[in-house]
Amino acid sequence: MNLFDLRVILGILAVMALLRLVRASLLVWILAWWIGMYVFVSRGFATPVPASAQNIYLGIVTLALFAYVTSSGERVRSFVDPLVTFAGDGRYTLALVPVLLALPALAAYREYVNAKVPVEPPFFARTVHPSPPTEITVHDVKVDMVGGDNPLRHLEQSDPEKFRQHVENGKAVYYEHCFFCHADALGGDGMYAHGLNPAPANFIDQGVLPNFQETFFFWRIAKGGPGMPDEGAPGDSAMPEWERFLSNEEMWEVVLFLYDHTGYRPRAREVHAEGH
Amino acid sequence: MKPRLLIAAAIVVLLGLGGAVRVYLALENQAYHPPVRSTSVESGVPREQALEDIAKDHEAKAKAKKYEPPTYRTLPLVSSRVAVWVVAQLHLMFAAFVLAVPMFAFIIELIGYFNGDKRYDRLAYEFTKLLSTSFSFTASFGGFLTFLLIMLYPAFTNYLMEIFSWTFFPYVALFFAEAGFLYSYYYGWGKFHPLVHLFLGLGINVVGTLIMFIADSWASFMMTPGGVSDAGALIDPWAALDNFTWMPINIHRFIGNIAFGGSVAAAYAAWKFLGAKTDEERAHYDWMGYMGNFVAISAFLPLPFAGYYLAREIYGYNQALGIMMMGGAFSWLFIIQAVLIGNLFLAANYYLWLGMGRIEGTQSYQRYVKYLLAAIAVCFAVWATPRSILASVSEIKAMGGTLHPALGVLGVMSAKNTAVNILILTTYVSFLFYRRTGKRPTVAWAALGNAAQFLIFFGVSAFVIALGVYGYFVDAATRIGLSIPQVLSVLFAMVAMTVIDAFLLRGAEETGATHWGKLPAISQYVLIFIAVTFTWLMGLMGYVRSGLRQHWHVYGVMRDQSVDAFTPTLGFATQVISVIVIIFFALIAFVFWLSSLHDRPDWNGGGGH
Repeated sequence: MNLFDLRVILGILAVMALLRLVRASLLVWILAWWIGMYVFVSRGFATPVPASAQNIYLGIVTLALFAYVTSSGERVRSFVDPLVTFAGDGRYTLALVPVLLALPALAAYREYVNAKVPVEPPFFARTVHPSPPTEITVHDVKVDMVGGDNPLRHLEQSDPEKFRQHVENGKAVYYEHCFFCHADALGGDGMYAHGLNPAPANFIDQGVLPNFQETFFFWRIAKGGPGMPDEGAPGDSAMPEWERFLSNEEMWEVVLFLYDHTGYRPRAREVHAEGH
Repeated sequence: MKPRLLIAAAIVVLLGLGGAVRVYLALENQAYHPPVRSTSVESGVPREQALEDIAKDHEAKAKAKKYEPPTYRTLPLVSSRVAVWVVAQLHLMFAAFVLAVPMFAFIIELIGYFNGDKRYDRLAYEFTKLLSTSFSFTASFGGFLTFLLIMLYPAFTNYLMEIFSWTFFPYVALFFAEAGFLYSYYYGWGKFHPLVHLFLGLGINVVGTLIMFIADSWASFMMTPGGVSDAGALIDPWAALDNFTWMPINIHRFIGNIAFGGSVAAAYAAWKFLGAKTDEERAHYDWMGYMGNFVAISAFLPLPFAGYYLAREIYGYNQALGIMMMGGAFSWLFIIQAVLIGNLFLAANYYLWLGMGRIEGTQSYQRYVKYLLAAIAVCFAVWATPRSILASVSEIKAMGGTLHPALGVLGVMSAKNTAVNILILTTYVSFLFYRRTGKRPTVAWAALGNAAQFLIFFGVSAFVIALGVYGYFVDAATRIGLSIPQVLSVLFAMVAMTVIDAFLLRGAEETGATHWGKLPAISQYVLIFIAVTFTWLMGLMGYVRSGLRQHWHVYGVMRDQSVDAFTPTLGFATQVISVIVIIFFALIAFVFWLSSLHDRPDWNGGGGH
């Protein structure tokens, strides 16, 4: 996948190379860096960067450039002197007038652009992986979310054949119920996925399966969208409460399948947690 | 006149009158009339008697009332939680300062004792002067906090007493010992044999650290309780004290206090520098600010590792707490943390670059500043990139989720750990450049030594980055484990380069003299900025640690049943923290002012006025 807009990046590099050739002054370099970074974060990515992130990056760039210019007296002088000469020397009066007019015009243009932004409904940030409760009850069975584990996991060592059987069962359950949304390759882009917001979980993403213990996914499967805690709100996830349709064993089997198929390992429980 | 006409006129007049009267009555009827009551007391109704009976009844009930201890009490205007929060945080900040300053005062005095340079002794004394008022503030806020807890959270406080009362006597005894050591250290300056005085300095530090360890056990028990039954009954007092996060918090606070104390002491020096009248004063306070900042940054470099260890232990204790912290509501505070820490690194480096200005012949190293700056800016940007970016609806549509396809990869631990390690290494190189400014090595193997340092720096940087990239291709447990070689390699680089440098600069030729005090004023504002940022950061992360418990007084053991049993919004929390920072600096300014009285001429009785 193409992540960057190479034309923009090459354009910035070309301007920088040109400035190097003509041995531009510090003032020009600072302006070029700031504008270059602005163009890079606002136009240089194939997928546009949200304004909040752009502001963070440009804030850092501004601070860094400020630190550079003021880090020695010599640099301060080579940055400020041309500005003072331009503003104070009679020779530049003619050039100064359009600059003085352009500055408020730029500010006005920016305001104009900001004002033109279409009205959008507010976006409520939701936590993609909300914190689970410490214990849940599914089909009258209490599941310890902290110290608990997949009851079928131990078979992986003790009885690999039986373990494979459970994985196969999980696979059957997955392709019977889950794949419509979570897709046949587990990428979260199943045939119904386009109609869903929030999008179904992508199990190939390494930020999903390996970051959690198996109890986490058992909880999400069993309780679905309706069982989402407030911080996961707006809880309009279309994930059904699978405890209404599946047995506990089937749900544990699906979890086994997810890990088995993607090759990820569940997040290891900290061993010394036992001591307390 | 016709009589018929007269009769008709009379009838019309009568009808008219009748109509007028009717209208008047109708209007009168609509108007408000107060109810009419008799003003005379009816005899036979024993009103006085009834009132008396009621009063007696109340009295009897009041006498028979049983004592029921309240679970909560409230304050007017401000919620109980905010009151305890503000006072606890202020207590903690002063305590951190009081614990940290003796540490570096002791070390500086020790250096002065060994090299015989009187400047060090004077500097250590100057730091110590800030202590006595701060010590009183710490104790006052501690008392205030205890009273607030007893008053507002009596049931919870009682429970903590149940668990920890056995630690109170040692705590109080240590507090007395601390007062004894501290005041004899301060008032005994120059009055004892230097070794006796150094022993007193060591005493303050040992006792102060023990005091902190005890208080840490109470706070950490609330988050990760141990040694109690499911219902909360005490089973093993030592396990309650040595609970899951006790040692990580001890270590994190110990290092954090030094960084914080150093930065506040440097801010004091900056304040004195800005108001200095003579070159000599400026030179002294410039040096003091440099030393304070040096202490702060040296302690700051290992701090992210200590924080990482603490977070790991929190995760280890309970997955829900860990997810809440790093992936849940509190994760946004880590973005603010990243911005603050990035600023700290930038400011620390900037101060060192400005510091090159006080040494002659800095050109050779000044030209590297832009590369160091680029490395810092890139690492800062990586660290401040959120995993899910705040975005408007249309921006989210464009990205296909809150995860940006290119920037999303920077939001995970592999990228963050790599960025912070490179930041630390870069800051260290800035320091090395500063140290070498104005010196030319004369040893025969100088070129080889430089090349070795160069190789170590680039080798370790490449290794750290390679591990960071490798982290994307392995499972979580392996990825978390990769942070250890990253940290160790950075520590190795710093130690190895320091050792080489020490030998390299032996008998080095001085190419330029150092002029202390010849520094632009902006450098001093940077020191103040660093102190404010440290304080802010401390308040912010303290809130994260404590707020993680959510609706629990003691996590999983004692539920918060008060009206404040909810997690405040991030905006509100950051405002409270900002107010705390403002109060702290107002008070510390008072401490600075008090210690400056020391140098004032005596009042001479009005001087002829």
